[in-house]
Order: sequence, then C-alpha cells, then structure tokens
Amino acid sequence: MKTIEMPKLGDTMEEGKILRWIKREGDPVKKGEPVAEVETDKVNIEIESFASGTLRKILVPEGASAPIGADIALVGTPDEPLPGTIEGNGNGKATPAASQGRQNSAVNSSTSSPAQNPAGMAVENIPVPQAATTTMTKQAPSTAEQGRVFISPIARRLAEEHSIDYRYIRGTGPNGRIIKMDIEAALAQAAQQVATPVALPIAAEPVPAAIDTGDVVEIPLTSMRRTIAKRLSQSMQVAPHFYVTSVIDTGKLAALRQQINEYAANDPVPVKVSFNDLIIRAVALALVRVPQVNVSFAEDRLLQKKSVHIGMAVALEQGLIVPVLHNVDSRGILDIARESHRLSEAARSGKLRPEDLSGGTFTVSNLGMFDVESFTAVINPPESAILAVGSITPTPAVVDGQVVVRDRMKVTLSSDHRAIDGAIAARFLQEVKRLLEEPLGLLL
Amino acid sequence: MRTITYRDALREAIREEMQRDERVFIMGEDIAGYGGTYAVTKGLFEEFGEKRVRDTPLAEEVIAGTGIGAALGGLRPIIEIMTINFSILAADQIVNSAAKMRYMFGGQPQVPLVIRTPGGGGAQRGAQHSQMLESWYAHIPGLKVVMPATPYDAKGMLKSAVRDPDPVLFIEHELLYNVKGEVPDEGVEYTVPLDRADIKREGKHITIITFSRMLHVTLQAAEDLAKEGIDAEVLDLRSIRPIDIDLIIDSVKKTNRVVIAEEGWKYFGTGQGLAALIYEHAFDYMDAPIQHVNSADVPMPYSKVLERAALPNKNDIVQAAKKIVPPALVGA
Repeated sequence: MKTIEMPKLGDTMEEGKILRWIKREGDPVKKGEPVAEVETDKVNIEIESFASGTLRKILVPEGASAPIGADIALVGTPDEPLPGTIEGNGNGKATPAASQGRQNSAVNSSTSSPAQNPAGMAVENIPVPQAATTTMTKQAPSTAEQGRVFISPIARRLAEEHSIDYRYIRGTGPNGRIIKMDIEAALAQAAQQVATPVALPIAAEPVPAAIDTGDVVEIPLTSMRRTIAKRLSQSMQVAPHFYVTSVIDTGKLAALRQQINEYAANDPVPVKVSFNDLIIRAVALALVRVPQVNVSFAEDRLLQKKSVHIGMAVALEQGLIVPVLHNVDSRGILDIARESHRLSEAARSGKLRPEDLSGGTFTVSNLGMFDVESFTAVINPPESAILAVGSITPTPAVVDGQVVVRDRMKVTLSSDHRAIDGAIAARFLQEVKRLLEEPLGLLL
Repeated sequence: MRTITYRDALREAIREEMQRDERVFIMGEDIAGYGGTYAVTKGLFEEFGEKRVRDTPLAEEVIAGTGIGAALGGLRPIIEIMTINFSILAADQIVNSAAKMRYMFGGQPQVPLVIRTPGGGGAQRGAQHSQMLESWYAHIPGLKVVMPATPYDAKGMLKSAVRDPDPVLFIEHELLYNVKGEVPDEGVEYTVPLDRADIKREGKHITIITFSRMLHVTLQAAEDLAKEGIDAEVLDLRSIRPIDIDLIIDSVKKTNRVVIAEEGWKYFGTGQGLAALIYEHAFDYMDAPIQHVNSADVPMPYSKVLERAALPNKNDIVQAAKKIVPPALVGA
C-alpha cells in the first residue's frame, strides 16, 4: 500500500485544502495522473498520484485541510488489505503533532507484520518531489505558525549549522522523527540541486461568492487574500521598516530602452523590454555589489544569499502575487524580459508553477503604470528589502544651475532594520541610481 | 600473554599486593582455610598465614567496621563480603563511616579499604542473592565503585584499588569467575586506573555501554549485529563511580546512538543515571532516544526457566540496537 501525501507547493504553504477529489475510492489511478485539486495559500493545483494502482482510501475528505507531508490517500492493489492502524487527518484540521500522536499509538499497538510495520510504510512512501530541495537556505523558521516538528537533537543541530529549514524535510526515524541521515540526505540533495521541477498545472482560483447583506457586501477571503493578510501583517509587526527614497533621471534609460527594443524586435524571438525589466536588471547588479541587502534575518544570524532571485509583484483580480525571476544576476536583459513576460502571463492565466513562486531574495513592486509619484511597500518575508517604483514624470530639475525639464522617477527602498542599516540601504540605492542613470552598465 | 581465569587474576592481584606491601591483608567469611566461597583466596592462607588471611564471624557489619578501623590505623585491608546482598548489613559502615571519614575530619584520616564482593544473578541463588546493587553505592560521594569484566581489568584494577587511599567497592560477579582472558605473566607489573572506561570493540553506528558480566553478552550481540551490517561500539564502563564521562561523550559524538545494557533493574539504576548524564553532556549529538536493556522488573525468580527469562540476553541487546539504527544507515 502506498500513500499519497500533501505535497509542498510553495514556500509559504503549510497546509493544503482538498477542493475536490478527481478520483473516487476504487478508481484506478496511474502514476502522474491528477487525483485531487488542492487549494494552497496562493493557488489551486491539481496533484498527481505518486504511484499506480487503485485509489483504495481517501483519508482527507473534500473541504478538509491537511498539513504538508500528511497522508491524504492510500493507493494499492484492489484486494490488498487496508492497514487498519493508519489513520488520516480526517478531522480536517489535524496538526502534524496530533497526527504524530496517532501514528505513535499505531506503532505501539501494531504487530510486526510487514503491512503494519510503520518503518516499512515509510520506505514505501514516495517522497514528495521538491520538498527539501527548494526550501533550503531560504526561510527563517517561524515555528509559531507550525505544529511541532519532531527532530533528533543532532539532526536539529546539523540543520541549523547548514541553515536548512528542516520543517519541510520528511523524517524517516521512529514516529516520523527527522534524524541525522535525513538532514545529510537533504544536504546531499541540495549539493546537486538543479532539481527537475515538477510541472504542476495550477488551476485558476475560483472567486468566492459575495454575500449582499443590505448595507454591506461580505466578500469571503480567498486563500490568496488570507495569505497576503497574514504574511504582510506579520512582516509589518516583526520587521522594523525604514524607507529611503531616491530620484532617478530616466532620460538615458529611455533612450537605451528604445535602442534595445528596435534591436529586439528583429531578434529571432522578438521581445519587448519594459522599464521594469531594466530596473530588475539594475537591482540584480546592485545586489551583487551590495550583498548586505540580499539577506534574510534568521533570529540569531543573517543568511546572506549567494544567488539573486527577484520577485516581481503582479496585481491580479483576486490579489497580489509575486512570481520570481531566478538567478537574475547572470541573465541578460532580453532573457529577463522574456522570463518576466512569461511569469506575468502565467500569473494572469493561473498557470504559475510552484517553483515560479519560490526562492525570492528581493522584490520589486512597480506602480508606475498607475500614475503614482511614489509609495512605500511592505517587505515580503523572509526577504529584507523591497523596492517601490513610481511613475516616470516630466519634472523640473536643476542641471548645471539651470532649471530644465527632465523625465524622472522616484524609487523607495523599504528595508528591515534588523538586517540592514541606513547607510547600506543608501549605498544600495546609489548603485541602483547610477546603473539606471548611466545604463550602459546594465549591458556590461 | 597467558590466558587465565578471572578468579586466578584476582588471586594473583591479592598475592602480588600482599608480597609488595606487608600492610595488605585480607579477611572475610570462609576465606582462609576454606579458600573462599568462590575459591578466590585459595592457597593464600597457606602462603601468608593466619595473621594476614583471616576468617571472620558471619557478621558483615563487623567485617566492614573492622576493615575501616584497620585502614584508619594504617593498614591496607581487603575485605571480602560473600555477596553484595550481604553488604546491605554492612551498609551503615560503608556509607556512613568509610565514605565520609576523610571528608568529615578535614582530610586527615584516610580509609584505604577495598571491599570485594560479587553481585548479580544467573546461578539460581534466589531473589535475595541475585541482585545488582552497585547503583546504591555509586550514589554515595566518597566511595569508588568499580566492576571489571575481564581477567586483565580485574587484576589491574584490584591492584589499583589496594593502592588507592580511599574506600573502593570492588564488585565481581559469580558468573565471571570462570571467564578466561589474557593477562600478563605473574609478577609482570601493571595496573588499570579506577576512573577509565574502555572501548572493548570499536564501531560507528551505535554505542552499547555495558559493564561487568553483561560485557560478554554485549560482545556476542555486537557480533550478531555485525552480521546484519550494524557496526556497534562496545564501551565497558569498568568504573561506575567515578564515571568516565569523557570517553562516553566521545563515543556518542561518533555514533549518535546509545544502548545501555546492564544486568540490574532499570528504574533509578546505573543505566538511568548514566542516560541522564549523556543527555546532559551530549544532547546535541543524540540522534535517537537512549535504549535500556535490563533485568525484568521483578525479584529474581528461583526457577531456572524464569530466571533465564528475567535476565537480559543477547537478543535483547540486538533488538534494542536495531530499534534505533536506521536500516538505511547500515552498509553506509
């Protein structure tokens, strides 16, 4: 008997809600075939069976939620006896600790027959793809949000030494405890990362029905709204924000953009470069030069990221989503433009893949198209800074003692003062400004 | 090196110490003409005479008290308590006098007393005569409690005990007396310190901590485990107090997993005390909870079948080890 587990489908996901079971108990399933649609905090995703056989038992009913890694269904041969000692998270809101407890009693009462041997079960389980890998070195653990994770002391110590977020590692020890070799396996996996991403089609989230009560229209929260509410209020409460604003002359940038676009229109794969693409490029280069901004605050240490992954805030009908451009520091401008185009299209059509949403180290939020002069943005944890970009506006400027009209934009950096001091923030902004005002640097 | 029994090794230690230092003498029940209940002192009466090899009445408190008095008076007594079960009768002398004199009188008097006594079960001696009581005495500051498991360690540690300025409870085991092992030739001087544990078998997957008779059971279990690919390190405590915590921690840091295999009962015994020490000093190195292998929590049955069932055996140790060594680690 094999299990299907609640997969981890994004950095911030802690549990998933079963929207509907595509397969019913007794239905044959093939490996890779969608079995259920799951609502995570950001998107709805069809999850696939990790094994072929017959869907023998659904452990989490429609409408109920299960934490990452929890068993949600059993797949086996049609006549295989169901392991009587395994229980699912049928009550819908089971915490990992609670399900651990049940596993525990199951272990105590089980005989040593292979079918009931919990160790045997664990070996048979198909590991959730990308569970450990993509979360490595990313997030300051916020255990308050999470149930208790069982981990041996040496495993915890190893995980902390290597800044591994062990909450998402599957424990193979007794009672699902994470043991030393699980961390070592995760480390080995991380070392040879480049993991092949699982392409999970993301279904568009249905907009919940509003209720008109007379004076007020009650709009139930989508899971995306709930996530925005939770994470950004947490960010505002926990991270002391401070703001540094810079005015950037965009004359040369506009000229360069025009030149690039004339060139790129005749590229074998034509593409249009936006101001935002150029800003993302400038930010990436500035992050390489001032790596003190490319950090996460992890309570007792700073985690300085070696890679630059930039999130770009995309406004959707139902809320905000931040797809991530990976390894921006090593991408050329056309490459960035193609990728940002793909990501915003995917975001609008609900086709983002989980890896498109994970791993950001810095975010750019641009409201330039809405004719705003400037604004301040809330930091997207576990990142430590976010750049808010305003509109390019013809502005009276003093150049060589003369008042002249110049195209300018205001950018405002929000920084987490626990991790970044004012001088660092200013130096970073200086770099961004220099790169955008003398934009040849973006090409070099 | 020659191979001799644990019993012979003890006798050699006593003889060599009596030859080396005329202050050394031995007394106990039936140790002189009869040669001792377990024949450890056989021949010593003939060699050293009744002044230095003395029979006593069946009165353990008297034996212990006399030993303490002789030690305070400048002699180096070895007393034999026929089994540790009878030491309970002498516990006041041992705990309240021997262990405390040096402390209570400002370090002036010394009590260089050796109390030899066998503990343990397995020979159908019944509930009252089959106990492991080392943890009672290891609880007491001022006492040293040692439990060598091999002839080599027995001889070397008994000599160290005789030369030690403080009271040493030297606990043997009825089923160890016939165990054979390599020991340097008679007269070849060596000692084994009273505060050092010993790695009897090196391994990397798990540390099995044991002492006294259970060492031999553990070494057999380690062989069985090796057949299944589990490489067990066997750590022989040798001394219960002082305990060689440094060596234990080093081993735990290497293996991250511990089984404590002992013949005594589990509750509040040597193994539980040791487990607390390990958690205190090596918590960050543990990958699994410590497993305990002990006698059943009952007075020792007289019935041969039930006694065998009550005592911990090789398979108990193998199972305890397999419980915490992840199968995937084996062969790594």
